[in-house]
Amino acid sequence: MDFSLSSDHQMAINLTRDFARKEVAPVIREAERQQQMPDFILPEMAKLGLLGICFPARYGGQGMDYLSLGLISEELEAVDSTLRVVISVHVGLNSMALLQWGTEEQKQRFLMPQARGEKIACFGLTEPGAGSDVTGIRSTARRQGGDYVLNGEKMWISLATRAHHALVVARTNPEAADPHEGLSAFIIELDQPGVSRGDIHGKLGVRSGSTGWLAFQDVRVPAENRLGEEGEGFKIAMSCLDNGRYTVAAGATGLIRACLDASLRYARERTAFGREIGKFQLIQQKIAFMVQSYEAARLLYFRAGWLKNNGRRNTRETSLAKWYATDAAFQAAAEAVQIHGAYGYSDEYDVERYLRNAKGEMIYEGTSEIHQLMQAGYALGYRVDTPLRKELPPYDPDFWQAIA
Amino acid sequence: MKIVVCVKQVPDSAARVVVEHGEVTWGDAPLVINPWDEYAVEGALRLVDEQGGEVIALSMGNEQAKEALKHALAMGCKEAILVSDPQLQGVDSLGTARVLAAAVQKIGGVDLVVFGRQAIDGDAGVTAAMTARLLGFPALTLAAGVRGVSSDRIVVERAIEEGRQVVEGALPAVLSFTKDIGEPRYPSFMGIRKASRAEIPIWSLDELGLPAPQPHTSWPAVLNPPAREITTEMITGATPQEIAEKLVDKILAEKVL
Repeated sequence: MDFSLSSDHQMAINLTRDFARKEVAPVIREAERQQQMPDFILPEMAKLGLLGICFPARYGGQGMDYLSLGLISEELEAVDSTLRVVISVHVGLNSMALLQWGTEEQKQRFLMPQARGEKIACFGLTEPGAGSDVTGIRSTARRQGGDYVLNGEKMWISLATRAHHALVVARTNPEAADPHEGLSAFIIELDQPGVSRGDIHGKLGVRSGSTGWLAFQDVRVPAENRLGEEGEGFKIAMSCLDNGRYTVAAGATGLIRACLDASLRYARERTAFGREIGKFQLIQQKIAFMVQSYEAARLLYFRAGWLKNNGRRNTRETSLAKWYATDAAFQAAAEAVQIHGAYGYSDEYDVERYLRNAKGEMIYEGTSEIHQLMQAGYALGYRVDTPLRKELPPYDPDFWQAIA
Repeated sequence: MKIVVCVKQVPDSAARVVVEHGEVTWGDAPLVINPWDEYAVEGALRLVDEQGGEVIALSMGNEQAKEALKHALAMGCKEAILVSDPQLQGVDSLGTARVLAAAVQKIGGVDLVVFGRQAIDGDAGVTAAMTARLLGFPALTLAAGVRGVSSDRIVVERAIEEGRQVVEGALPAVLSFTKDIGEPRYPSFMGIRKASRAEIPIWSLDELGLPAPQPHTSWPAVLNPPAREITTEMITGATPQEIAEKLVDKILAEKVL
């Protein structure tokens, strides 16, 4: 077993860390107050290649592996969650689905510009009345000749107002005996008649991120924009979550590290009762738990990344990593605020933002409760993953790095 | 143009550098490319972006210095060379300049040798000028930008205390860049992969035809800065007016103003 990172991995970490610390950290507090994503973030992430990190060079990507995707997610969220959300949505939930399920033509048309960062992508699964219960989806896509006609509304969509493309799951067969089988996935170009969208403000966290809604009224979608087969939408959506959750797990690991680093700094700096507060055992206990959860969360997402690199199904392992890391990040952030005392309760320090951002992670991409049900289901044998028609391709450095 | 950019591996600028038992230590802080040298790499790459040519990164140090060279490769340098020899331990600026000058001559056909303005560890800032002297090249130091290059001349704008000064020199020349050249680019992922796979040749003093350096300067002692004693006093009062008056009295009494 080899736990060491390659020189490529280490340099990807350094590059991402430098970007996040130099460019984003100095402006993030103000962006959070303004509830506005700074305009430079998406173009700069595109320029650095972060938006196409784990895709083959022939599809406009950077030819790095899936573990690199986790590593940059950790680094980005160690500075701010909104950066990692961009990766989760654009790369994890959307572009990786194109790599996994797309036809060659779809990869050329949609994955290529997305991997290059020329087009931004989002993911439309959740609706006002359907979150964890995906079968509650009401959006419809009716077949009309060579097209589908899409109607419906999607809610809590990260990058809704920034994206050019959306991967949208809608009901194509309301009569399907099993409602899961009545869903299909579509690639929607958002600059067309019938699409409206907006941002949602007033969220507890990720305030400097773009979270919004998408509404579709009689939007014509050519049949060649359907991803996968008709009725395959649920399976595709779940496979998207295997990738999105992986980036959330890795990101939450970075959030734990940010809490730990902030707590270490403050514990050495702040004095009470004549000594630095790091000398007190109750502070030490909080720090020890952060160290423990950081290391454990990191190993869990490393394993999921390794499984992806090797082309092995990782739904169970990714769910476990996501559940553990996000719950642990919330704990770590709550304790980091506690260590900072009253200062931690104000936005003079970063830890209050960590706490607000951590809460969202326990909700999106499968609530903690959903992951608990999944884990129990696997353990009890009620839940078994069956092979997919198309699995995420294993990482092959020669194929990934060759220019076609 | 054939440009050699000289880079150094130094403790991270965020590291806490202290003297312990007469030795300088930065604990387990990482070593990074000297931040000033990143500007030098950027300046060199901008020149070849405009003029064509290649940039070769050169460093002197132990195995760890390869990381600085890999950073330069990942930014876009074509090749990297490390000069490493146990006899170079503790070498001074002049010794360093001799090594770099010999390496530049061994590379051959170099139009420009580029440095950062200084290294953040030693802070001497003389290696560029010394290397120029040894090579017999003009030294155009503290360059904020390059105004023009022809086949045999270069014009640079120097950032000096009094303002800007435009100087022209013959090529080949030695340049040192200030940060005014522009923010160093981030490495690209393609550059990162190239850097990871690069075989960096290591040249010894023998290969450069140099004897073991005889230092002209040494560090008989290094000392921590004296600890500053700071006391804090909270000024309280019933009203802001009262607090301000007490503060003014204190400032006057302490002769701060």
